[in-house]
Amino acid sequence: MAHLTISKIITRSAVSKYATRLYPFVKREPYKNTRGHIANEINLCIFCSLCQKKCPTHAITVKKPDKIWEIDRMKCIQCGACVDACPKKCLSMDQQYSAPSPVKSIESFHQEASTL
Amino acid sequence: MGTRTIIPFGPQHPVLPEPIHLDLVLEDEKVVDALPSIGYVHRGLERLAEVKDYNELVYVAERICGICSFIHGQGYCQGVETLLNVEVPPRAKYLRTIWAELSRIHSHLLWLGLFADSFGFESLFMHCWRVREKIVDIIEETAGGRVIFGSCKVGGVRRDISNDTLKRIRGELAAIESQYNELKPTFLKDASVNRRTVGVGMLSREQAIALGAVGPTLRGSGVAQDMRKLGYAAYKELQWEPVVETAGDCYARTVVRVREVTMSFDIIRQAIEKIPAGPIAVKITGNPTGEFFSRLEQPRGEVVYYLKGNNTKNLERFRIRTPTFANSPPLVIMLKGCELPDVPVIVLTIDPCISCTER
Repeated sequence: MAHLTISKIITRSAVSKYATRLYPFVKREPYKNTRGHIANEINLCIFCSLCQKKCPTHAITVKKPDKIWEIDRMKCIQCGACVDACPKKCLSMDQQYSAPSPVKSIESFHQEASTL
Repeated sequence: MGTRTIIPFGPQHPVLPEPIHLDLVLEDEKVVDALPSIGYVHRGLERLAEVKDYNELVYVAERICGICSFIHGQGYCQGVETLLNVEVPPRAKYLRTIWAELSRIHSHLLWLGLFADSFGFESLFMHCWRVREKIVDIIEETAGGRVIFGSCKVGGVRRDISNDTLKRIRGELAAIESQYNELKPTFLKDASVNRRTVGVGMLSREQAIALGAVGPTLRGSGVAQDMRKLGYAAYKELQWEPVVETAGDCYARTVVRVREVTMSFDIIRQAIEKIPAGPIAVKITGNPTGEFFSRLEQPRGEVVYYLKGNNTKNLERFRIRTPTFANSPPLVIMLKGCELPDVPVIVLTIDPCISCTER
């Protein structure tokens, strides 16, 4: 039986640097692989709808005639199935998490006709 | 005989991370009976198998539990791969082993922290989670998410870890292990911790077998049963032995988990040394047919996946028996005869994961 076995760790952590960050002032850099949110380089998109078919939560809607690509950020689970399926590689996984939002909204990407 | 009182414990209780309700029948301060009831977080995930494509269901399986997420995904994938007669490439098997063991380390460190919290040792709780944070960072760096890996798929894994990264991770793990080793004596030798754990919540070897206990609860009662010995993934090519303790009390169950963390560090080290080069996934064609029981060792114990395919893209039946469900009857036996202040300690030693159990 030993007593106060944690005292060494506690003494050291009392005099050493914080193990945590002062969050709003010091932010951690995300890793290269971090799954933050889906980004779409809309000018490269061919509106093939493969991402819509592969999405397990049905968060993506592709409207080919109007050239509109929509994503419901609240439904998306950041699995990256659409990124794997995309034939033009216009979809990518961004490292930053999508911002918190008080309302459910659908983010819409519109391709201008002139870019084609 | 004193007056009998019934005290409700949970579903909301400071020591419980998830909702389980126990009606404790007390005589004075002594627990004479406990009646557990669950059903607060049922989500109907098994039913989703009839609606979702079998490739999509892996995302559902990973989200059954936030802590053993990878092993849930792995269990599902191994089941479907057997139904499809697919052999997974060796590199994918090793990567699965590494991720599964990382997930075991972070789960056990989380549990050790929560366990310290259950007897009011707040600083030990904080230090366990400080060490765990570094493991979670490695998981995020390799898999992309802190707790949801999203790395398993039917036929292999979705992303590779380069050999340089693996070498660096081996160095980082050595540093984390030395930090972890400093925490071990507090759980194993400290008088104030041992007073709360030694001889509390007894479960004999015979009771553990008869009531179907699994995982550290079973191994803490002297039964050397570990599903990793079935040889799935890369476990049959690595050197390790199940951790067994014979006392059957809360202390024995703690020691099993404390030693399993060290063993997981060792398994990862061996896997990094032996990992072969090659592809990480095979192409999947066809639909699952037949039925299969997939059995894996989760941090909490044995998980059983029952899958039945009928040659369509949806599974006909998908059933999961999770470790906490199997460990609930032994919990009732452990609680009988204990003092009221020991109830949180005993409830935590089965490592209850209620969202797993209710799916």
